[in-house]
Amino acid sequence: MEDYLVPVLIIVYSAIRVATPMIFAALGGLFSERSGVINIALEGLMLAGAFTAAVVTYELSNPYLGFLSGMIAGGLVAALFAVAVIGFEADQVVAGVGINFLMLGLPALLSGAIYDASGSTEQIAKEFLLPNYFNRISIASILAFLLVPVVFYVLYKTPFGLRLRAVGENPGAADSAGIKVRAMRYTGVIMSGVLAAAGGAYLSIGQSSFFTRGMSAGKGFIALAALILAKWRPVPVLLACLFFGVTEALAIQAQGADFLKNLFGGDVPVQFIEIIPYVLTIIVLAGFIGASNAPKALGIPYRKEK
Amino acid sequence: MKLFREAFFPMVAVIAAFAIGGIIIAIIGDNPFAAFWIFLESSFGSLKGITETLFYATPLIFTGLAVAVAFRCGLLNIGAEGQLYVAAFATAWVGIKFGGTVVNVFGEQQDWSWVSLPALLLIPLCIATAIIVGGLWGAIPGFLKARFGSHEVINTIMLNFVAIGLVSYFTQYFYKIPGDPILQTAPIGEAAHIPQLNQLLPFVPETVALNISFLVAIVMCVLVYIFLWKTKWGYELRAVGENPDAAEYGGISAKKQIVIAMTISGALAGMVAIGEVLGYRHNYYHGFSGSWGFFGIAVALLGRNHPLGVFIAAVFFAMIIRGGLFIDIDTKYITKDLVEVLQAVIILFVASLQRFSK
Repeated sequence: MEDYLVPVLIIVYSAIRVATPMIFAALGGLFSERSGVINIALEGLMLAGAFTAAVVTYELSNPYLGFLSGMIAGGLVAALFAVAVIGFEADQVVAGVGINFLMLGLPALLSGAIYDASGSTEQIAKEFLLPNYFNRISIASILAFLLVPVVFYVLYKTPFGLRLRAVGENPGAADSAGIKVRAMRYTGVIMSGVLAAAGGAYLSIGQSSFFTRGMSAGKGFIALAALILAKWRPVPVLLACLFFGVTEALAIQAQGADFLKNLFGGDVPVQFIEIIPYVLTIIVLAGFIGASNAPKALGIPYRKEK
Repeated sequence: MKLFREAFFPMVAVIAAFAIGGIIIAIIGDNPFAAFWIFLESSFGSLKGITETLFYATPLIFTGLAVAVAFRCGLLNIGAEGQLYVAAFATAWVGIKFGGTVVNVFGEQQDWSWVSLPALLLIPLCIATAIIVGGLWGAIPGFLKARFGSHEVINTIMLNFVAIGLVSYFTQYFYKIPGDPILQTAPIGEAAHIPQLNQLLPFVPETVALNISFLVAIVMCVLVYIFLWKTKWGYELRAVGENPDAAEYGGISAKKQIVIAMTISGALAGMVAIGEVLGYRHNYYHGFSGSWGFFGIAVALLGRNHPLGVFIAAVFFAMIIRGGLFIDIDTKYITKDLVEVLQAVIILFVASLQRFSK
């Protein structure tokens, strides 16, 4: 292989690995936010999936069962979040902060009790992790990519998707048309938990081989950034996640990669590459790159008029 | 009666947190009552415990006030963490540049400062830096909301990451002593050190890091109260929080109030640097904050966005944080991660009960 191709391939593989959990989480967030519920709990929902998947995979030596139970756990935690924000009309952002704290503490507390190794789970043997295909691409990455057209279809081509979007744009009108607003929002939020947790599960039983406290390390927030950058649409979500994947892959490779040093004429401060997604999100939100187009009822609880 | 009404739902949330926390502790296999006794005993069981608790409470009072002021204007400042990071770095920077810091670089003495100011000038300069830089960082999301209508929650989340990234960059590349394995700046000049409380009040144990920033925090509680309820500006700020349209109709510019509220909020968060940089660590240490910016949300919620409530809630959470240090050692299975679980349950309950308390 040509010399210059090697680092490019390293970046591509690395970008796909980094983007995978974000794609799951951002597509999850899409369902919640399109139904009108701000979801800053993506971070915590990922951790729920990561922890559960690691424990189940280790105990049963089966990554598929682990992946599935991670998703179920994410759905359950999301249901809790939904009860607070839809049932009790709690402030969505505040409740999201609460869920994030809960999932920072609870898995670490439980893993400390189960495995006596403060804050992390036991290492899973390599043969029981999610398998890779085409050399280095995890089955979870393939699933994440396949999920994009599925989400697109569900959101734009099914009655369910139409109702979900209607509830997020104009719940009053949707209600008049006979759509159960709260039920749709519960569904959207729970789906976000299931998908974000799938991303988290990939972290603990695909990319890594155990769970550690807070291992999502801000990926849920980058997913949220991708969702905003993509203006709440599935295909742009994929592109935004890939873009962030490339930036982070560059940051990982920045130190010590000669070709990058040549490209930039010296040491590349990792910090500057790492803050790109966040700065971009602020710029997009301010409307410098077209109108931001958030779902109109985003963040507003719906109460049926009597 | 009013006090009882205000305190009722926070009390429910606290009791719920301990009930749920207790169930989790019991399931894991420890004695919940013994665990909670550790919380009380370690934080209020001795003079040392009490003063240590107040030391932990100090940053939480500042961030709690910061979140509360923004809340009163109808804004949610999740960016206190980023605001206190930039403020702490800037404060340390001034303490180095104006404090006569001389650094030993591989055996060679290097003067990293511009001038060496006396304490009488340097301390006010450092404190002003903490307030101004925190305030400016807070003003950014305020301005973005006022000018472009972009949501302050998302912007403050994003600015947290930007703040921590930038400060880490400057520390690593410019203000770290070469060879130091820890990501921290050179020490600030000694003239920038603020007195320990022990020097004023001899009964405070010498080993406790409680410094006069605690008194500053109390003063800020009073000032925030006066500002919000006894001045025209505070009235306008709250009017926007209660009903922006009605406030506009009454001739109050909501946009102006949003920028003002976020600036004050950021300045209060920035004041964390007074205790941490000038009073405790005497440099900027990356990762010095125990998520205090986020704790501030819980503190403000539990304290019903009132300075007195914030003070009580900050001391309560300080108790939990301090107890968390001991619970690791003194129980069989429970780790300090219990702190986050209790905090989370309190946040979820207070947020869910909000609707009934109006």
